[in-house]
Amino acid sequence: MSLSDIDRMIQLLARLPGLGPRSARRATLSLLQRREDLLRPLADALVRAADNIQQCEICGNLDDSDPCRLCRDGRRDPALICVVEEIGDLWALERSGVFKGRYHVLGGTLSALDGRGPEQLNLSGLWKRAEHPDVKEVVLALSATVDGQTTAHYITERLAELPVEVTRLGQGVPVGGALDYLDDGTLMAAFRARRPAGG
Amino acid sequence: MIEWQDRGIVLAVKPHGETAAVVHLLCEQQGRHAGLVAGGQGRRMAPVLQVGNLVQASWRARLPDHLGHYALELEHGYAARLMNSPESLIALQSAVVLCDSALPERQSHAAIFHGSLALIEALDSDYWGEVYIKWELLLLSELGFGLDLERCAAGGSNDHLAYVSPRSGRAVSLSAGEPYSHKLLPLPGFLAGGGEGGPSEIRQGMELTGYFLEKNVFAPRDRPLPEIRTRLAQHFSSRAA
Repeated sequence: MSLSDIDRMIQLLARLPGLGPRSARRATLSLLQRREDLLRPLADALVRAADNIQQCEICGNLDDSDPCRLCRDGRRDPALICVVEEIGDLWALERSGVFKGRYHVLGGTLSALDGRGPEQLNLSGLWKRAEHPDVKEVVLALSATVDGQTTAHYITERLAELPVEVTRLGQGVPVGGALDYLDDGTLMAAFRARRPAGG
Repeated sequence: MIEWQDRGIVLAVKPHGETAAVVHLLCEQQGRHAGLVAGGQGRRMAPVLQVGNLVQASWRARLPDHLGHYALELEHGYAARLMNSPESLIALQSAVVLCDSALPERQSHAAIFHGSLALIEALDSDYWGEVYIKWELLLLSELGFGLDLERCAAGGSNDHLAYVSPRSGRAVSLSAGEPYSHKLLPLPGFLAGGGEGGPSEIRQGMELTGYFLEKNVFAPRDRPLPEIRTRLAQHFSSRAA
């Protein structure tokens, strides 16, 4: 391998999130030192991913099949659709194991500042899915930001005519959160969302 | 090293690199001013860097024309207060986008800072629509395109002001403007001192300020009115219908 190949590898690795040139150099060195058990399997996995991974036409998730395995899974509740901003949010919910319905990935939020309107998001698919008679509830798992909540209100307004219940995630005190460390906004949301003790 | 402290309203947050953000503030003394916030995309700064929040800003740079670094501390989290109200959120975003796209950088506009703060505080009240229209009139005035709604442009009287001339931006009385009513913009009663506001007057107000914002501020830059401003106008139109 010539020096320029190593440089090219460092350059490409340095483009990944969380890696700068220094950490890319360390990763490159580590990969080259573990050529058979790490570099070749990684290279094969990358080529396979580039060839096979595609976006699910139903929910917008990434998988090696279309529809994705979450959409094909018959054990998941078709009456529930959880709307998330990005695939990373879907993965976070899957890691928690808390949700057993179907997902819908928007691919971002409405943004007044960036001029990102409804047509730039994966919303037309959501309207179609929500019209299906099996769907009873749409859960809006969007971030508690101005853009996230604007998107949530927009979706709620659009789905108001359909016979589906639109819910959103609770907001408030996080697990392990001490009140005196919380910001005003979180405390305000927590107070608004208070409920009877023991309920 | 150049350094100043000021209060500012968060207008825009743009990711920069992996963790930082370029933040635009509308400052009380410094006007619309940008700066880099290290860790601005992180979890710690997320509650602070919501548009409409009031922050204490400390700006440092080696030279005055550098982007510089901001250190920000939340003074009042207005955004969180408005998140449950879809209409107020649209109005808040419309106001910050108008400020961010229309105000010149680094020029003091203390009146628009205080006006914006008053608007944001009023956004969870019942009369925020009327306050919003008055805020847009203030913005036009700060940009040098203020409307004269005190006297009739045709005769000088201030009796029954009912229209605004789209050419001069001056009020016209009912009697003087009647023959040309199809060419004039209606002046909402609450701006003429006679009306009580409400959806239909707010819609007229949105048409009035929208016309002059488009003509004087956005058209010369070959840009349309921001989409969020159009959405807010549509919202008032549907409420008035």
